[in-house]
Amino acid sequence: MLRRRVIPCLDVANGRVVKGTNFVDLVDEGDPPALAERYALEGADELVFLDISAAPEGRGTLLDIVERTARRAFVPLTVGGGVRSVEDMRDVLRAGADKVSLNTRAVADPELVTRCAARFGSQAVVVAIDARRIAAPDPAIPSGFEVVVKGGREPVGLDAVAWALRCVELGAGELLVTSIDRDGTKSGFDTELLREISSRVQVPVIASGGAAGPDHFVEAIRDGGADAVLAASIFHRSEYTIAQVKAVMAAAGLPVRLTDEEAAT
Amino acid sequence: MTVGSRAPRVAVVDYGAGNLVSIEQALTAAGADVHRAVTAAQIDEPDLLVVPGVGAAAPAMERLRDGGFVEPIRAWVAADRPFLGICLGLQLLFEGSDEDGAVTLGILPGRTVRLEGAPTLPHIGWNQVERRRQHPSFAGIAPAADFYFVHSYVGAPAGPGSDEVILAETEHGSRFVSAVARGRLLGVQFHPERSGSNGLRLVANVVAMAAAATTGSAA
Repeated sequence: MLRRRVIPCLDVANGRVVKGTNFVDLVDEGDPPALAERYALEGADELVFLDISAAPEGRGTLLDIVERTARRAFVPLTVGGGVRSVEDMRDVLRAGADKVSLNTRAVADPELVTRCAARFGSQAVVVAIDARRIAAPDPAIPSGFEVVVKGGREPVGLDAVAWALRCVELGAGELLVTSIDRDGTKSGFDTELLREISSRVQVPVIASGGAAGPDHFVEAIRDGGADAVLAASIFHRSEYTIAQVKAVMAAAGLPVRLTDEEAAT
Repeated sequence: MTVGSRAPRVAVVDYGAGNLVSIEQALTAAGADVHRAVTAAQIDEPDLLVVPGVGAAAPAMERLRDGGFVEPIRAWVAADRPFLGICLGLQLLFEGSDEDGAVTLGILPGRTVRLEGAPTLPHIGWNQVERRRQHPSFAGIAPAADFYFVHSYVGAPAGPGSDEVILAETEHGSRFVSAVARGRLLGVQFHPERSGSNGLRLVANVVAMAAAATTGSAA
């Protein structure tokens, strides 16, 4: 049976992990490949690097850390941020990533999704959708969730559910759905948003934004219909380990992958 | 594991799609001496030939033809030399693909078909690989161990001799063939290079089997 995935996300700028971590035993906890390997050994089902480098010179550094990560962590790696063309995607995959995640660029240039999928297959193209609830009813936003870009600051006038369906038509193989309302609030995932999208698409939906504890992971999957859950701070701050989250998921009856050590006990 | 006093040599067919770093690193970790072949002429006396890959069949076949790989791959398998096909590299071994109508290598009986009844598609993530029989490539790996999948189509063995090639199956809406083996050919629908310690174990087993085949035939 297909396992429900737990995916730590690392924000990376200029080759360094931006948000701090509590792994005191890591020699360099700001080094993305070292942290990625650590998470892979702890049971991360995939890894995501979100490149938030402001300067273009950050790109070369990113490709270097992708390659160093691919040589150490034998789990799938997705890179988000900064992919503006098929050539950018080719470089990231060639360095050792398995997928790219398109967000703002997909909104600005929807055909980019199609071009990337045609060249490398839909399975390598994730579209990240940042959504928030609208304050008052709007006929242009029938689902009540609108797409925002630039870290959630800028609405673009698209209905999040309609955009999700469009992304699948364009060639997205997975959707990474972030609730901007919940992101950073520690109040749990927006399961209504997740359900609105997951019930209408066949591609896997990855939930993001709001995780504070293992129960939230269970809700995203059971109530939101998500196939995978992405989180950052609860792992980086060592509030919970990946194994602790998976144990709660397993106890709730969700299929999860246990690491070899856990499977042996 | 060595071949005489040297490391086992592995050629990885590079036909322009995606990430080769991971499979090369997994092979290197298994003690292999790895080289990439962009054209068939660059396949340099390996003990093991690996065809990785993700994506669609038609463009992949076009690139294999451009690189002159089609006949060398057929001859390699026909001579029962050690071969590992991963994901698309497995699907291409069948006669054709329903994905885009491509005629593929025709080394194994059957076609590549869309995964039926799948609750989610693409089938992305870790799933259990259930062996139908023992095989040295899975030595030391637990029954029904998890491996990483990312695909929408699957090779479906059909016709005379098809049942014997099936090595393992996996469930996602329906049961599909997730590994095939015939002689020294191994094909896997999952990605061992992205499957953590289970995957590294499988790659190491395959490299060791290839080294033993060369040593055995030289003796």
